[in-house]
Amino acid sequence: MNLSRTARAALWTALVLGLGVVYVPLGVVVLNSFNSDRTFGWPPPGFTLQWWGAAWRSTGVRDALWTSVQAGLGATAIALVLGTMAAFAVQRYRFFGRDTVSLLIVLPIALPGIVTGIALSNTFHSVLGVPLGLFTVIVGHATFCVVTVYNNVLARLRRTGLNMEEASADLGADTFTTFRLVTFPMMRSALLAGGLLAFALSFDEIIVTTFTAGAGVRTLPIWIFENLFRPNQAPVVNVVAAALVIVSVVPIYLAQRLSGGDPQTR
Amino acid sequence: MTDSAVVGRTGPRARAAAFLHRHARTRLALLLSAPLAWLGLAYLGALAALFVTAFWSADTFTGDLVKTFTWANFHDLVTGEVYRTIALRSLGVAVAVTLVDLVVAFPMAFAMAKLASPRAQRWLVILVLTPLWASYLVKAYAWRVMLSSGGLLGWGYGLGATVATLSYLWLPYMILPIYAGLERLPNSLLDAAGDLGARGWRTFRTVVWPLSFPAVVAGSIFTFSLSLGDYITVKIVGGKSQLIGNVVYDNIGAANNLPFAAAVATVPVVIMLVYLAAVRRTGALENL
Repeated sequence: MNLSRTARAALWTALVLGLGVVYVPLGVVVLNSFNSDRTFGWPPPGFTLQWWGAAWRSTGVRDALWTSVQAGLGATAIALVLGTMAAFAVQRYRFFGRDTVSLLIVLPIALPGIVTGIALSNTFHSVLGVPLGLFTVIVGHATFCVVTVYNNVLARLRRTGLNMEEASADLGADTFTTFRLVTFPMMRSALLAGGLLAFALSFDEIIVTTFTAGAGVRTLPIWIFENLFRPNQAPVVNVVAAALVIVSVVPIYLAQRLSGGDPQTR
Repeated sequence: MTDSAVVGRTGPRARAAAFLHRHARTRLALLLSAPLAWLGLAYLGALAALFVTAFWSADTFTGDLVKTFTWANFHDLVTGEVYRTIALRSLGVAVAVTLVDLVVAFPMAFAMAKLASPRAQRWLVILVLTPLWASYLVKAYAWRVMLSSGGLLGWGYGLGATVATLSYLWLPYMILPIYAGLERLPNSLLDAAGDLGARGWRTFRTVVWPLSFPAVVAGSIFTFSLSLGDYITVKIVGGKSQLIGNVVYDNIGAANNLPFAAAVATVPVVIMLVYLAAVRRTGALENL
């Protein structure tokens, strides 16, 4: 590519600086989780593992984590089913209102979370009479998670085409067998990548959760928000945040490996 | 494979398979049924119900809904100077955040997609994605600490701090679609532009920018909408400033006036719908 040396240097600098800015606050969070000063005095007067111990023993953290995992898994499962179905319909068929379907799937994430949140809570509360709880959180999260699965599956379908499935049909496999032995294996990594993103989205969501969670339901972000401004909980909150940063590398690495870069353009 | 195919040929399963094979429209209807029931009926229904609520009112004493039609909420919304100011301020913040993210994200995404080796690319994508998993609240709080008068930056709180923090929070949502768009852009096009005599800037203006524009718009949908509805970041770093989200939130919580909250909530919805309608033709929605 015909980029001048200065342009290249400038672009690399922008990338490195940008990532630096992104990581400084995260680094501070991780470092402060070992800061022996309760109020995060800077520079840290000493280092300690006691906050990690306190977070480990905190039942509030553990319960919230479990609630978040349940909500994330539930929402991801629904998103996987709905997103895959919609992607197949949009990619494999031509029908009236096809564009509207893709718009409809994007809508829950394109509209501000507070709108989705109050619309759903109002419907649960005054229209359907469903008590708010973990179930309503899952419904709310699934609504905006569908799009991640949909996009991943759509991209995969675009890339794979119909040849394999036609070959399978020519060899005598019926619709279901073809799906099980040909289509699904081709989709698997796209489903995993989309599912991981959906889970991540659900795991960090707070606005829709605030409005759809009942009084007793506390996901991890809600727990963090409740404790963020309590001085004596600050170190534990900080440990939870640091742990999330550190642990998150694993699923992202997996998703990235599985979805893989598109080699054709290189 | 042979097993299932042979068994399948005789049972009801085979008849179902054969029927589905012959009837493409039935297949399509089955595929669309669940997603449309969820998003078309339930979600749009919920939005519609909220919109209807905006034409009701709340009893001042009991807080109960009074289900008689009234324009009062929209009347208050349009005539109240304070709401107009807040709506414009929210719009301004969303636009500012989107522009900041665009300016920061584009060079980063370009370096990732076109300068880094494939191996480095994988790691760079991981580096960009990781911050999304760190709690949104904690990142906002980290900025609060940095912006406080004794902190690293010490700018104090307010709208500027809100724009900076929101730009920081949503930056990965801008980088990733642009990166994906640029990665799809064949290098041969850039080389061709160079062979035809275009320098860097000209190549950018006539080749890279037009072809990556849908991806840019896709990223902007995230940054714009996420900023437009935010009420938590502004509480953490915004000082006394209020955005649309705060008005909605306060009317549900403290004021217990759902109808007015619903009326206020139509403002960001209308803005987003106009925005989506405007960008639909660019193909941005397929780049999300």
